[in-house]
Amino acid sequence: MFTLKRKRFGVGLAAVAATAALVLTGCSSDGSSDGGSSDGGSDAGSSDVSITMLPKNLGNPYFDTSTGGAEEAVSEMGGTFEEVGPSEASPTSQVQYIQTAAQQGVGGLIVSANDPEAICDALDEARSVGVKVVTFDSDTNPECRDLFINQATAEGIAQVQVDLITEQIGDEGQIAILSASANATNQNAWIEMMEAELEANHPNVELVEVAYGDDDDQTSFDKTAALLQTYPELKGIVSPTTVGIAAAARYLQTSEFQGEVALTGLGTPNQMREYVEDGTVTAFALWNPADLGYLAAYATAALISGEITGAEGDTFDAGTLGSYEVGADASVLLGDPYVFDADNIGDFDF
Amino acid sequence: MTSAIDTEHGRRTYSAHAHPLWRRLLVTRESAIIGLLFLVVLVATIAVPNFDSPLTLTFLIREIAPILLIALPMTLIIITEEIDLSVASIVGLSSVITGLGVQAGWPLPFAAVVAILVGTVAGAINGALVTFVGLPSLAVTIGTLALFRGIAVGLLGTTAISDFPEFWTDLTRMNIPGTPMPLIIVPFLVLAIIFGVLLHFTPFGRSLYAIGLNKEAAAFSGINVGLTKFWLFVMSGAVSGYAGVYFTLLYNNARGDNATGLELQIIAAVLLGGVSIFGGRGALPGVIAGVLLIGTLSSALRLAGVTSDIINVITGVLLVASVVSASFLAWLRTKRVSAIGRKKGRAEASDG
Repeated sequence: MFTLKRKRFGVGLAAVAATAALVLTGCSSDGSSDGGSSDGGSDAGSSDVSITMLPKNLGNPYFDTSTGGAEEAVSEMGGTFEEVGPSEASPTSQVQYIQTAAQQGVGGLIVSANDPEAICDALDEARSVGVKVVTFDSDTNPECRDLFINQATAEGIAQVQVDLITEQIGDEGQIAILSASANATNQNAWIEMMEAELEANHPNVELVEVAYGDDDDQTSFDKTAALLQTYPELKGIVSPTTVGIAAAARYLQTSEFQGEVALTGLGTPNQMREYVEDGTVTAFALWNPADLGYLAAYATAALISGEITGAEGDTFDAGTLGSYEVGADASVLLGDPYVFDADNIGDFDF
Repeated sequence: MTSAIDTEHGRRTYSAHAHPLWRRLLVTRESAIIGLLFLVVLVATIAVPNFDSPLTLTFLIREIAPILLIALPMTLIIITEEIDLSVASIVGLSSVITGLGVQAGWPLPFAAVVAILVGTVAGAINGALVTFVGLPSLAVTIGTLALFRGIAVGLLGTTAISDFPEFWTDLTRMNIPGTPMPLIIVPFLVLAIIFGVLLHFTPFGRSLYAIGLNKEAAAFSGINVGLTKFWLFVMSGAVSGYAGVYFTLLYNNARGDNATGLELQIIAAVLLGGVSIFGGRGALPGVIAGVLLIGTLSSALRLAGVTSDIINVITGVLLVASVVSASFLAWLRTKRVSAIGRKKGRAEASDG
């Protein structure tokens, strides 16, 4: 009797197992009637701003600051705001969060892309269910998003870094670049322009090497040491990445080269404060990520409300930042990079 | 009276053999996982806004497809008390080969076949080291995990290739017409049936359980333990290679670091699905439910706005709980069996 029951129980479970998948698919497809369609484009003119922010990864102070800016903007507009993201900066893990935003039918998604191509199809799917997609900080291919909030033009960034380094070394001698990874789109664009600018206007400055620290603190630290050993005549280092410049500054601070070799690039005030204060670094540049997030949120809201479509020449109001105009390739420029030095670094906290 | 009891005992002993320990235990394990899956789906449908949408299913299947695929050979391998930790690295390697092939101007199907072949060779290397050199698979595949990943990253550097023919990338994202089910579920179903038949309806499949339960006894009964394991690793490599091609096309992105850490998700899902890490026990329906459970849970939690760290903690707790409960059930069972034995012994003693 006992055995018989057991056996039937087993058969019953096999049946349950077989139907489990069917039920799962069944109940999900049932929802199709109410799910997708209602969240779609029907309420394009709605003032209800729901925005999801997807940085490259969470727990990164730079993105914490940009998220803070976006959150402030959304609260000014009285909308709802959520930050989501993977713990590691990989494109495939970003896709999951883009899909989640599409499922939730949020009004807008603000994303910093870990890869210009890999998240494109996911973004397209999100847009096809009515989500407005705005990239900031790191763009995708232009056809994958509605708008790109550009922190600074490549020209502006390249220019400010060349200006800073040539000024600091007296416009002659050897310099090197300490970049992030070899495939970082933005870094490579800046480096190319810096090379062109050096060649055109600074004939006595020689760029001896572009080293890659992979945005890893230790690697960047080691590469700095290697650069200084390989080129004893080196007069300056440009590091267009916040991880790289901080690691290089840390190396210089404890080495005989402190004050001898100039260091500049893109850094955050909190990271660079002690090096500016002790003279290791004279001046460096960056944009304000809080402003960047703030502008992205206002631009997204303008897209959601239908105020702008992302066409060139569209203008919108970005709260305390004033009025902005959409430029070519559906991009909006935050402004010129900002130069931080001993005089003004105390005014910033990010 | 006495004879009736004896018959009862006889029947019980007989049927216990007809349904071996692993299978009866598995029935309860599977039912628990499937029940839990139902519960998660039900709760998420009621409590999580937007979970109840066709997009959820589409995205879920796409996301877990590589895990579903590789979980098939992984189940067979773990049943024989071995493990393959190199699968995610093979996915990465296959992804890079696909990318480099397309970049070199090969038609995509050809690049895909080469990538799957490379995966198969990688699996054969694992199998040869386990079988012919006689090393433990844990050590071998920890080594090849690093080796294959190293080759993958070495071949492509830190760059990514993403100019794949649109026809193929679109195909990986297409749904079966009129349904929210991704088309890519079809090859998975075919493979699942092949592996299911292989494991549950062939002497080969039964030999895997025999190996997992007692390697020496299996060898004495005429099973070629080494060769069996060799082929399992070859299968695992081939399927991982295939998953690599799929992964590459789905994300339109060939990278050396693709699918990093996927092996742990796969093994977690397999164990959650009721396969014993000590071999000899497990079944594919449970594994598939295990993969669906982890996938559904994290999808629902993400939709509910839970952060990825918390999701990791929850799935981790679920996994530990499932392993602990399996050990607890096993302990309970041995206790019951020995109790029956004692009872039987007492009955015989009083008869005599």
